[in-house]
Amino acid sequence: MTDKRFVLLNMEDNIFVCCERVLAGVEVLLEDKLVKVNTNIDIGHKIARKILSPGEKIIKYGAAIGSATEAIGVGEHVHMHNVKSDYIPSHTRQNKTEDK
Amino acid sequence: MKGYLRADGRKGIRNIILVTYLVECAHHVARVIVNQSNNQNVQLIGFPGCYPNEYSLKIMEGLCTHPNVAGVLIVSLGCESFNREQLADTIKASGRSVETLVIQQAGGTKKTISAGVEHVSHLLKGAKNFELVPMDIGELTVGTICGGSDGTSGIGANPAVGHCFDQLIEKNATCIFEETGELIGCEQIMADRAITPDLGDEIMKSVEKAEQYYTTMGYGSFAPGNAEGGLTTQEEKSMGAYAKSGSSKIHGLIKPGDIPKQGGLYLMDVVPDGDPLYGFPNIVDSAEIVEMIASGSHLILFTTGRGSVVGSAISPVIKVCANPDTYRNLSEDMDINAGKVITGEANVQEVGDEIYQLVQKVAQGQQSKSEELGHQEFVLTYKKFEAIGPSCLPSTR
Repeated sequence: MTDKRFVLLNMEDNIFVCCERVLAGVEVLLEDKLVKVNTNIDIGHKIARKILSPGEKIIKYGAAIGSATEAIGVGEHVHMHNVKSDYIPSHTRQNKTEDK
Repeated sequence: MKGYLRADGRKGIRNIILVTYLVECAHHVARVIVNQSNNQNVQLIGFPGCYPNEYSLKIMEGLCTHPNVAGVLIVSLGCESFNREQLADTIKASGRSVETLVIQQAGGTKKTISAGVEHVSHLLKGAKNFELVPMDIGELTVGTICGGSDGTSGIGANPAVGHCFDQLIEKNATCIFEETGELIGCEQIMADRAITPDLGDEIMKSVEKAEQYYTTMGYGSFAPGNAEGGLTTQEEKSMGAYAKSGSSKIHGLIKPGDIPKQGGLYLMDVVPDGDPLYGFPNIVDSAEIVEMIASGSHLILFTTGRGSVVGSAISPVIKVCANPDTYRNLSEDMDINAGKVITGEANVQEVGDEIYQLVQKVAQGQQSKSEELGHQEFVLTYKKFEAIGPSCLPSTR
């Protein structure tokens, strides 16, 4: 069982996508395991389904969408602070991810 | 379903009079002519630059002879480089009425405006001469774009458009998806869908070109809002965007202004050829919408997560909203709530069917939300392209 606020898009994926906002500190069920979410997770954002090691590919839709830049625990937010593109750097209003 | 029959055999779902300025210096005069004409079927387009550019002439010709267009008023300052004679000849040869006003010859702003308003009123009367004839859904050309994408776009809205595309292509309609820069990471799976191996190679090359171009420019096709909405990398955005193409075979690779001669699914390569010359390949969504319209799109399916509100001149834009929160916030601007997929109220097929139904209604004259709200955005700037190679449009199906 997985909390209905998170969806697994493809069986190969190592992330879940958030369908409804979850606040920091809330415990959610991810494949029968109770996991505490440490930061606010907004709709459209990703959390880890498995423990991810640095350099490991992030899999979404069954395809690689980038690589982990640090170790990521189950239920942890997976985003620009711990993932980089394997093609071309992303950018925010403040900076490019490679500038960090 | 009915359409306005044009001399080349194509049929339009709207009957529009364009007022086009050929340089920024003629923009104000053209805008006042459109405003004073006060008719939603009189629309403003134009090109800002004074230097000549083959691409912008080709796009302008494609737009002015688009099936949704009945007649054109060209507004020139007089000293700019745009080849107004060639544009007027192309429009005339397409069986449409065309008038040209040159501000420097007409006696200035006021005189050009009053002559322009009169020309437009004649063009509107002439537009009624185009016969409304039966039109099959297979005669439609539909383009798709995503703008303001977020983490929900690839889950509901984009696959639903893909489902709609599959149904349209089954009826032999022409469907166009685009932005090779937003397909970085999907090149191999796209190439595998090409109807010939050579076309597959061309698709691979076009995405490589996009990656090089964007790398040189220093930015991917990735906006801060994409990141705020949960997208982390270019290739993640690409995988979501790619879902708009559905599951049909890819029948060809075209460049802006190329018009496919038979139904099927086409990828449009919008990234210029050669070294980066005039700047970013796609400065904004509206520029890509204009390119798909120049390639014959009667209407555009626009998916959005963060919430784009744009429409377009010439062809209606249908908004498919991926994010249920955005839909609640911007429902007056959105035609379809694909957020229902996220909330579990509907599945992708159901939303895809809803889009397919709406495409038919809008083709029959129902106004889309952006159309009703008066959105007629238009952007055309400098670019440089080489012609497509022979493998890009294989003639066999």
